[in-house]
Amino acid sequence: MTRYIIRRLLWGVLLLILVTALLFVLFYVLPAGDPAKLRAGRLQNPKIIAAIRADLGLNKPLLTQFWIYIRNLGLHFNFGYSYYSNASVKSLILDRLPATISLVAGGAVIWLASGLGVGIISALRPRSRLDRASMGGALVLVSAPEYWLGLILLYLFAADIGQVKIFPGANSYVPLTTDPVKWFTSLILPWLVVAASNAAIYARLIRGSLIESLGQDYIRTARAKGLTERRVVLRHGVRSAINPILTIVGLDIGVLLGSSVLVETVFDIPGIGKLNYDAITHSDFPIVQGTVLFAALFIIVANILVDIGYAYLDPRVRYS
Amino acid sequence: MSAAEPVLRVEDLHVEFSTEDGIVHAVDGITYEVHRGHTLGIVGESGSGKTVASMTTLGLTRGQGARVSGSILFEGRDLVTLSEKELRAIRGNEIAMVFQDPLSSLHPFYKVGAQLIEAVRAHQDVSRAAARERAVELLGLVGIPDPGRRVDDYPHEFSGGMRQRAMIAMALANDPKLLIADEPTTALDVTVQAQILALLERLQRELDMAIVIITHDLGVVAEMADDIAVMYAGRIVETASAELVFARPEHPYTWGLLKSIPTLESGREAELLPIPGTPPSLIHPPSGCHFHPRCPYAQPDHSRIDPQLQPVPGQPEHYVACLLEADVRRRLWGELRDGRLPEEALEAVGLPGAPV
Repeated sequence: MTRYIIRRLLWGVLLLILVTALLFVLFYVLPAGDPAKLRAGRLQNPKIIAAIRADLGLNKPLLTQFWIYIRNLGLHFNFGYSYYSNASVKSLILDRLPATISLVAGGAVIWLASGLGVGIISALRPRSRLDRASMGGALVLVSAPEYWLGLILLYLFAADIGQVKIFPGANSYVPLTTDPVKWFTSLILPWLVVAASNAAIYARLIRGSLIESLGQDYIRTARAKGLTERRVVLRHGVRSAINPILTIVGLDIGVLLGSSVLVETVFDIPGIGKLNYDAITHSDFPIVQGTVLFAALFIIVANILVDIGYAYLDPRVRYS
Repeated sequence: MSAAEPVLRVEDLHVEFSTEDGIVHAVDGITYEVHRGHTLGIVGESGSGKTVASMTTLGLTRGQGARVSGSILFEGRDLVTLSEKELRAIRGNEIAMVFQDPLSSLHPFYKVGAQLIEAVRAHQDVSRAAARERAVELLGLVGIPDPGRRVDDYPHEFSGGMRQRAMIAMALANDPKLLIADEPTTALDVTVQAQILALLERLQRELDMAIVIITHDLGVVAEMADDIAVMYAGRIVETASAELVFARPEHPYTWGLLKSIPTLESGREAELLPIPGTPPSLIHPPSGCHFHPRCPYAQPDHSRIDPQLQPVPGQPEHYVACLLEADVRRRLWGELRDGRLPEEALEAVGLPGAPV
């Protein structure tokens, strides 16, 4: 098991280096923008550009530059400096991280609970009316774009512009440490939006997975033992149906942490997605670079956690 | 058959399933009984209804929308009429079942021991520790070496034969009075098959269980069964003691089964005779005798008359559902036993050939 984990971790590090190299090529090597010129502001004074160039080490050979870049990242967690915001990229990202984590974690709880619940019920009564209704609803939710759903919810329920003023609207996010109640209420609508499409996907996934696992021979064995149907379904059926879902949960959460741009923008939540969006509109490339790298990090870490979790859940994996 | 009360008596059991294509008559009126310490072998091809019949005994076809009629008397209680809860108390407790493929029949994510403990605790109110002790004892009973250590293994760490032993251990968890083994050796190597059958025989002697063994393999029932019921298209077409079925088979389908397995006596040159055709549709079974389309000895009126299971003259414990005359059957089997082909046997007996 330890060897398995170490192997996964080494793969993760390698993958991260590859992503970094790709980003380096995108932002430093390709002619999309000369980093020095991008950082020099509106009045492009050649002297300033030369100074920035020297400051960034852009006059050194590319491989040396990459080495410095990697070293800064790896040893000092130095993601660079945003001249636009006049702050280090790392501090900007860390500032925004709690909001994004709040959004994704709460959304994930809702989508897992509702998705799994609906999926299990549907699987137990396939082709019943309840199953058809929930699968139809799921299809609608999967098809609804997040920004559209977000705007609709704001239009219907936001305290400022809504038809029925129940929940706080956009730009009402308060950190958890400041006021837990306001934090909670301000995130209800965003959570629902994040959860909606995912819950729908998960309901369909768990339904399919559970129907398949309930057809297995070991389910027949469990019934033949005289177990209650509830135990047969939950302990034997869901237990094996959940595995393929776990893989996707990890990835989805990783992806969302790195890129919930749409929801954060619609609800004006100061998270990493919003940071990224703003940086793009301002051409603030160090931040774009930093957030993309962060997103990659989340996804890779999520992947490793999923692999380890998978080995923990399925004893057969540990030996292959 | 002994005169004592049977452990299980199935009477005129019908099991039907509604499908989009029509009603499947999976089991079409079968009757049999099993006594304590005795083994009944139910033999037939895939799709003959033998598995459905035994699953129905445990109520396991209920969830699939089966319509069941007739009665399944287990120690005086009719299992067909019991509620799901009452049946559950019997399942895995008084009646246990062993399935064909032991790898897929064990849950891959739980340790063998945990699955045994679950089986024990499903019917006995004992502590985990006590159930675990019982699990180790059971694994030892079925011949797993070092059971104290192997109890913590996962199914994939067991060999095929050990998995089937573990399945049998699980079935024995609550000292069942009746064990139903559905193709218990089909997925195993031949040498392991023999071990598993020997194990079942030993356990039967030690625990005095009644066993129903379901198989397509006459070799398996030859070794184990006291009585044999041959099933075809959802019906029993012949039933008698094992000796009688092997020595004086009466039904052409049984002849086919017997002639299609290799034996040492017949030598290497002897040809195996497969039964021609495929098992019939259970939605639209053939008219008359269900076997007539595949029967080399079928006569024109056999497609109209539906034979009933009747005693063979002179053998009160031997029943057969065949429209041929008893002495014609005897002469046909005599020819076949001497190595003649069905066509030659027909000619020797002087019957016209089957209409093709």
